[in-house]
Parts: sequence; C-alpha cells; structure tokens
Amino acid sequence: MAKIIGGVTSSHIPAVGNAIANNLTQEPYWKRFFDGYKPASAWLQEKKPDVAIVVYNDHGLNFFLDKMPTFALGCADTYHNADEGWGLKPVSPFQGDAQLSWHIAESLVAQEIDLCLCQEMLVDHGFVNPIRALYGTHDVWPIKAIPLAVNTVQHPVPTAERCWKLGKALKKAIESYDEDIKVVVFGTGGMSHQLQGERAGLINVEFDLECMEKIANDPAWFANMSNSEIMRLAGTEGIETIMWMVMRGALQDDAKVIHRHYHAPISNTGSGVLVMENA
Amino acid sequence: MVWTKHDYEDIPGTYVFDGKYAHGSYPLNKMLFSFNTEECRDEFERDPSAYCDKFGVAGKYKDAVINKDFLGMLKMGANIYFMAKMAIPRGTSVQDCGAQFQGITTKEFQDKLLQKGEGLVEKLEQRGGYWNG
Repeated sequence: MAKIIGGVTSSHIPAVGNAIANNLTQEPYWKRFFDGYKPASAWLQEKKPDVAIVVYNDHGLNFFLDKMPTFALGCADTYHNADEGWGLKPVSPFQGDAQLSWHIAESLVAQEIDLCLCQEMLVDHGFVNPIRALYGTHDVWPIKAIPLAVNTVQHPVPTAERCWKLGKALKKAIESYDEDIKVVVFGTGGMSHQLQGERAGLINVEFDLECMEKIANDPAWFANMSNSEIMRLAGTEGIETIMWMVMRGALQDDAKVIHRHYHAPISNTGSGVLVMENA
Repeated sequence: MVWTKHDYEDIPGTYVFDGKYAHGSYPLNKMLFSFNTEECRDEFERDPSAYCDKFGVAGKYKDAVINKDFLGMLKMGANIYFMAKMAIPRGTSVQDCGAQFQGITTKEFQDKLLQKGEGLVEKLEQRGGYWNG
C-alpha cells in the first residue's frame, strides 16, 4: 500500500525561481533563506519519496475568473510550466501519476470532498518553486508530482478548517492506494504578506512563528481561525498559509517535526519551512 | 440587489478580492490575464487604447490602465496577481507597486520590509527549535 512518509512546507514566491535561475542563492540577501532548505533537501534525499502531492494556488496561469474551482486536482501524466506574463523561460515538464490521481479523486469524492478534475493543467510558480528550492532545477525531475490547487485568489476561499479536513481525507485516499510507493505532501505558500493596497509590505513575524509551532503541534488552533482573522494578522496574500493545513491533515496527529526554518523578509514575505515525518 | 457585508471590509488599506470587486472588473481582469501570452503583451504595447477597447475595458477602468494607475486599478477590482502581468513586463515590480500604493520610494518600501527581519536570529534562539544558520 502507499505510505505517506511526511510533509514539507515552503513559500512559493516568484523571486525564489529567479534567485535559483540567476545563481544568487549564496548572495547575502538569499543565503540564510536557502541554507535553511538544506536539511529539508537532505531529508528528501534520504527518504526518497516517489510522488509529491503539491498543494498550491494558481496565480492566474491555469485558472482565470471565468471558472474558479475551490479545489482542483491534476489527473494527467505530465504537467507543463508556462509563461506567466513575465516572459521567463519555463522549466521542464513534471511527470505526474495519473493512476494515483484518479484513485485520490475517487476517494475524495466518496468522502464528500468535491473537486475539479483536470486532465490538462499548467503549473505556475506556486507549484514549481517549492520543488526547485527543495530539489534544485532539473531537466528530468527526480520526483513525480501531482498538483492539488486551492483557490486563495478570489474570495470566498475555503477556511483553514476546510483545508485541514481535505488533508485528512487525502490521507485516507493515499493510504488506500494499492501500490507500494512513498508519498510526500508539500504545503506551499505564505507566510504573512500583503502585496495589495496601502497596507502592502505587511509581515507579521510573531504570528508566523505562532503558526510554525501551532500548525505542527496544535493544528486546531489555526483551524479555528476565520479567514478574516488570518488576513487581518497575516495580510491578504498571507491567507495562503491555510494550504499548510492540507499537508498537516494528511499526516499523523503525532508526526514529528524534523526541521523548522523561518526567514523574513524574503521578497515581500515571511517564509517558513517545516519538515514533519510520520512514524 | 445588495452586496453582502464582510467583517474583513474594515481592514485598512486593503481590498479583499471578492465578488464585489471581481464582478465589475471582469473585463479588466480578462485583459490582464491575456498578458500571459507574449503576442498579447506586444499588441497592448503597440496600442494600449485599442487593446482596452477589444476587451470592453472602458471609462474609468480604461483611464486607470492608460495612466498605469495601479492603486486606482486595484480599488476598481483589478486582482493583484493579474495586475502583476501588466506591471512587471513594464519594469514595475510588485515592490514598486507597493511603494506606489504608499506614496514612498521603492528603496523606502524595501527598507521597511528589511526592518521586519531585525533581531530575527535572536528571536528564534529564544523560542528554540529552529534551524538558525
């Protein structure tokens, strides 16, 4: 049977891709941010998961406002990155696992989690950059990856609690898959930041650190927060942190924290890397 | 017909992108979304006014686009991620936009961000349990 070995959280800001592409990771501005990824990368190297479920939000590459799904799952063999409007060179395509995707889809819908199922899905920086930060850039990526997109762009967006429930259902789905593979769940996005309005530039270090600790050890604390409360404290784009709850829900309640790295500011955000391992 | 009120509406300097914002600005955001394609970016560059007309971006919406009034666009319902597809290729980064929203220079905006990280290493040491270089 498939086993979830653990989960990793990561910011997915566009600047991370630029820093890697332009070889800036050891420049003073970036060094501490990237060095803190090394133990997470080493853990992945050691555990060698076969597939990553990448929980992220699309920022207007694959989904426009004509149809905006709350949750969308990639069910394809391959996922392509593409121009997001900035003219950057797309990275190599990612290999998926269509059979696992369809199994997850069947299980989640049976568990009353309704999804938009996508046989074509362009993946943007939200999906690509955590993989690049954790694995480096490759022509052939060393892990299969399945996109699970959460709408955090157009309100109403799902609550932290709903994301937690999705994660719990995802756990059941993966653990009932009849192949001996190792799966890791990446919860991406956040942490506190606001890009829009006169309040742009908000970063709330204290709140981020509370989230880093509570999402690991007391996820109900975050699940009980409303989206309004989260946006008030973490900024409108900080709402992305709800996606960490999908990862947390997919892990065992007593999953162990292996690594915890926080850095601020990077670009406009507070950034958190949490590695949690199932027993 | 009435827009439902939300408890996030009193957050200062913040325009939560919900139906109230997304509805009227749909043509504007559709135009901004088209900038994912290089040919569309080029077509807009050649004749911004004609390109707005093509998408039905008119009146105050069109004025804001032509004047690159990003705060104005935002207040009318441009989504920040879609707006970035217009701003970034024209040499206006998201941090430049943030500075414009506040009427300060980009350097001042970046300095304010850097201040948020002051004392971070000590703070993490106090809390414990963090990788710290």
